Amino acid sequence: MAKFKGEIIIDVEKCKGCQVCAPACSFGCIGFSPKVNAKGYNYAVLEKPDACIGCANCAIVCPDAVITVYKAKVE
Amino acid sequence: MSSIAKKENLVYQKPALRTEKPYHYCPGCGHGVVHNVILEVLEEMGLQDKAIGIAPVGCAVLAYDYLNIDMQQAAHGRAPALASAVSRMMPDKAVFTYQGDGDLAAIGTAETIHACNRGENIVIFFVNNGIYGMTGGQMAPTTLPGMTSSTSPHGRDVKTMGGPMKITEMVAQLDGVYMCTRQSVHTPGNVRKLKKAIRQAFENQQNHKGLSFIEIVSNCNSGWKMTPLASNKWMEENMFPVYPLGDIKVDGKLVK
Ligand SMILES: Cc1ncc(C[n+]2csc(CCOP(=O)(O)OP(=O)(O)O)c2C)c(N)n1
Ligand code: SF4
Ligand code: SF4
Ligand code: SF4
Repeated sequence: MAKFKGEIIIDVEKCKGCQVCAPACSFGCIGFSPKVNAKGYNYAVLEKPDACIGCANCAIVCPDAVITVYKAKVE
Repeated sequence: MSSIAKKENLVYQKPALRTEKPYHYCPGCGHGVVHNVILEVLEEMGLQDKAIGIAPVGCAVLAYDYLNIDMQQAAHGRAPALASAVSRMMPDKAVFTYQGDGDLAAIGTAETIHACNRGENIVIFFVNNGIYGMTGGQMAPTTLPGMTSSTSPHGRDVKTMGGPMKITEMVAQLDGVYMCTRQSVHTPGNVRKLKKAIRQAFENQQNHKGLSFIEIVSNCNSGWKMTPLASNKWMEENMFPVYPLGDIKVDGKLVK
């Protein structure tokens, strides 16, 4: 069976640190930076890049749509 | 490992029909997700040039700054009246309103019910967060029994203040309403269901079937004074029993 690898790019300066994306990921890929962005929010980070399958669940629940998702087949 | 972040692998990005302006909504507020999904559907259906949205008074008053389509802004509660006029003048346009519960179910109750009763060929988006978000969390007709708000600090007393108004079930009874459903945007599955419903609503509208009414039960985490995640949990536990999710009317027939 073909396997998929995903990658997300978070626009950290536009992230509002609301944390809604984290429980949307079944693989617990997303965590939060102890640092804040210019707006003062602890922005989201992809903590487990190897576990991401590119399902976009995190991205579609992000109110600000700051997550871009890529997905590729791996042999 | 090498990055797969290339154009050919792209599966999701900010909706193309969104302007560059960041939403002013509080972190984790459902309004943003609802905007995003509406824009995705309009893009996928090729309706950018046909869409005319009517913005409400409420937190979404500035929706026209974010949705890169033609928009007008109505006086508080009057969006369905304005949408009726626009849709009658330009019957082929994809006309919709976007309203909160204070706007749609309090000050705009008459406009809502009569536009529904006339079966105007429009789509109504009704974001129900149980209070007046923009003005500081006052009680709305949709506020739950016992729920505290800035104007019901001891909780909504049903005896003196009435109970939560289920305006979606009410309008579903009207013959002019062709489709009526209640959705949410707090999980990926719910976002996908909402997207399907929105597509159906605009298909109805393009086929001149009458009015499609979509309620989205959403959080007002600031007004409820909770974190976004706590507010979504509270919504599941307290809002959904009173406002159950699912279709109420499909293809002109009541299903609930
Ligand atoms: C005629 C008029 N009356 C009252 C107001 C004050 N006002 C502004 S927004 C609002 C309530 C909005 O609440 P809701 O529709 O639930 O939207 P939300 O902000 O929760 O998204 C009120 C009463 C107004 N702007 N105009
Ligand atoms: S849902 Fe979006 S805005 Fe909220 S923390 Fe995640 S990436 Fe940031
Ligand atoms: S794309 Fe899917 S797997 Fe990857 S971080 Fe987002 S939710 Fe998790
Ligand atoms: S006040 Fe409530 S409805 Fe308004 S943006 Fe904030 S969370 Fe959303």
